[in-house]
Amino acid sequence: MMKKEKPNIPDEKLVDMYENMLKIRLVEEKLIELHPEQLMKSPHHYYNGQEAVAVGVSAALTKNDYVFSNHRSHGHYIAKGGDLNKFIAEMYCKIDGCSRGKGGSMHLIDTTVGHMGSSAIVSGNIPIAAGAGLAFKMQNKKNVSISYFGDGAADEGALYESLNFAALKKLPVIFICENNFFASFSKVAARQALENIPGRAESFGVPGKRVNGNDVIEVYNATKEAVKRARNGKGPTLIETVTYRVKGHCGTGDDIDPKLRTKEELESWEKKCPIKNFKKFLMDNNILTEQQDKQIGKKLQDQIEKAVEFGRTSPLPGKDELFKDVFN
Amino acid sequence: MRKISYNDAIREATKQSMEEDDSVFVYGEGVDFATGVFGIALDLAKNFGDERVFDMPMSENAMTGVGIGAAIAGMRPIMVHQRIDFMLLALDQIANHAAKACYMWGGESCVPFVTRAIVGRGWGQGAQHSQSFHSIFAHFPGLKVVLPSNAYDAKGLLIQSIRDNNPIIFVEHKFLFNQEEEVPEEMYTIPLGKGRVVREGNDITVVAYSQMILEAEKAAEELSHNGIDVEIIDPRTSYPLDEKIIADSVKKTGRLVIADIDWLYCGISAEISALISDKYFDYLKAPIKRVGLPHTTHPCSYSLEDVFYPDKDTIITSVNEIIKPQVVENER
Repeated sequence: MMKKEKPNIPDEKLVDMYENMLKIRLVEEKLIELHPEQLMKSPHHYYNGQEAVAVGVSAALTKNDYVFSNHRSHGHYIAKGGDLNKFIAEMYCKIDGCSRGKGGSMHLIDTTVGHMGSSAIVSGNIPIAAGAGLAFKMQNKKNVSISYFGDGAADEGALYESLNFAALKKLPVIFICENNFFASFSKVAARQALENIPGRAESFGVPGKRVNGNDVIEVYNATKEAVKRARNGKGPTLIETVTYRVKGHCGTGDDIDPKLRTKEELESWEKKCPIKNFKKFLMDNNILTEQQDKQIGKKLQDQIEKAVEFGRTSPLPGKDELFKDVFN
Repeated sequence: MRKISYNDAIREATKQSMEEDDSVFVYGEGVDFATGVFGIALDLAKNFGDERVFDMPMSENAMTGVGIGAAIAGMRPIMVHQRIDFMLLALDQIANHAAKACYMWGGESCVPFVTRAIVGRGWGQGAQHSQSFHSIFAHFPGLKVVLPSNAYDAKGLLIQSIRDNNPIIFVEHKFLFNQEEEVPEEMYTIPLGKGRVVREGNDITVVAYSQMILEAEKAAEELSHNGIDVEIIDPRTSYPLDEKIIADSVKKTGRLVIADIDWLYCGISAEISALISDKYFDYLKAPIKRVGLPHTTHPCSYSLEDVFYPDKDTIITSVNEIIKPQVVENER
């Protein structure tokens, strides 16, 4: 599945992409490892299997570009460069969390790197991302605004209202649909008559593209092109990234169920792991060595251990926090 | 001082705010049309161009989200609804996003976003063109809800709302549009959450919102001929609520009627009644009475409208139920 030819991307950047994907995976594996302690008391929606999407998209952005994310937001936050200590502290619902312990796993934010917040309402962030695009245009900025949403959000009217407005005003917005085949416990086939999410965008005058969401380079290239279009005032793009939700909808289970999916189906997608395959590609092309890979893994594990320590030891929000931040 | 109408006051506040701050812009269905949404947006498009004053698709939900996103990215949008009823299409963006953004993201983001919404009614506008949602919106923590009852307040409250860093629902009543008041030409602000004593009196307090202020003033005038001295309070906002101004008045008069343009059931009138009963019971000389809409749908036929909507006579009836002229006489 991974391209055999070496792409026109500097080696260093390719290794960065690999490292960022691995970081998301290892962070979530740590969350899963710590899950039995029951100290991270907010619903976790794991990004496992989808890492190539957030990393491919973020690699095409600067920190002044905005991303708006959804309930499955760990990967979006980490890929955009969100602070890891604050991330883990938020998982522990602590005061040093990125949302001061008031958001949890589904409401992450790090405005210093352009992660502008995760909303747990399906499709909720899509018009908001369009609005940020409108602001960039009015402010004569060259930045772009990204909305991450799933195939479930493609059932919602807010997407189509937003596509229409973004097309009308030629807004610098990129709609990233992560089609992972499931909206909580509903398969995409039970919800949509046609598999044509890019085609729906096209009908509004927005270029729509489908890419392999498990191939970080495909995602990066498509996003890069969309970013170029947006920065040049040509307007929005929709990219459907076809990927797969390896974990269950919420929590550490796998949702194997006659209605939803078989073990065989899950295993076939685990073989398409975006990280393993990218690692092989990098090694085959002499871009990454085993030794480098070990060093990266070690570095990430150290960062994660430190972040867990930071999160564990951070205080819980005091009573006075209950009424803070209702208003600015 | 010159007098201008309520809708001209809103237009002037908008224009001056746009001159003062480049980040302010206005959008909504028909805002750039010749009639200017009941005259309020008249000439705004001509003055500021279609980048800052623009029409929008019939997409209330997404377009509310667009306002939120623009606000998060540093703008100060003003969205206009010709009928507040259509805001229910946008309830997800209003209640789940605008209201919660600051809190759920730990204060890292704020949404300085004004939604102006006009309350209609009359001439058979019926079920879906006559409602007011200032109670519903006040229910959600994170929203401020403003209901100016006169031109002076409309200008000062709107300028303050535009400068505020939070989502504001600004509720305008069509029956007030042509009311003229003395309004200063320069910019001024009225803080959100500070009410106004509209008329001083000693015997009974009437707390009224929006258009009911006009009815309360007429009622007070008539009641004064019967020797009943009515104090009228305009809280100006359903959230934050100026508890002090209401409490101070009730402490003086010992009697309270609340007159609202919304349904009574679960409405702001119930909230104020509960608040006063709970915290100021000892000052009350009589039960609290409420004037507002009964629990049925806004009708079309004028025969039903006459029964449905309260007016000065409904207020007078409620006042008379809890106070008798001879009692007032004896108190003196």
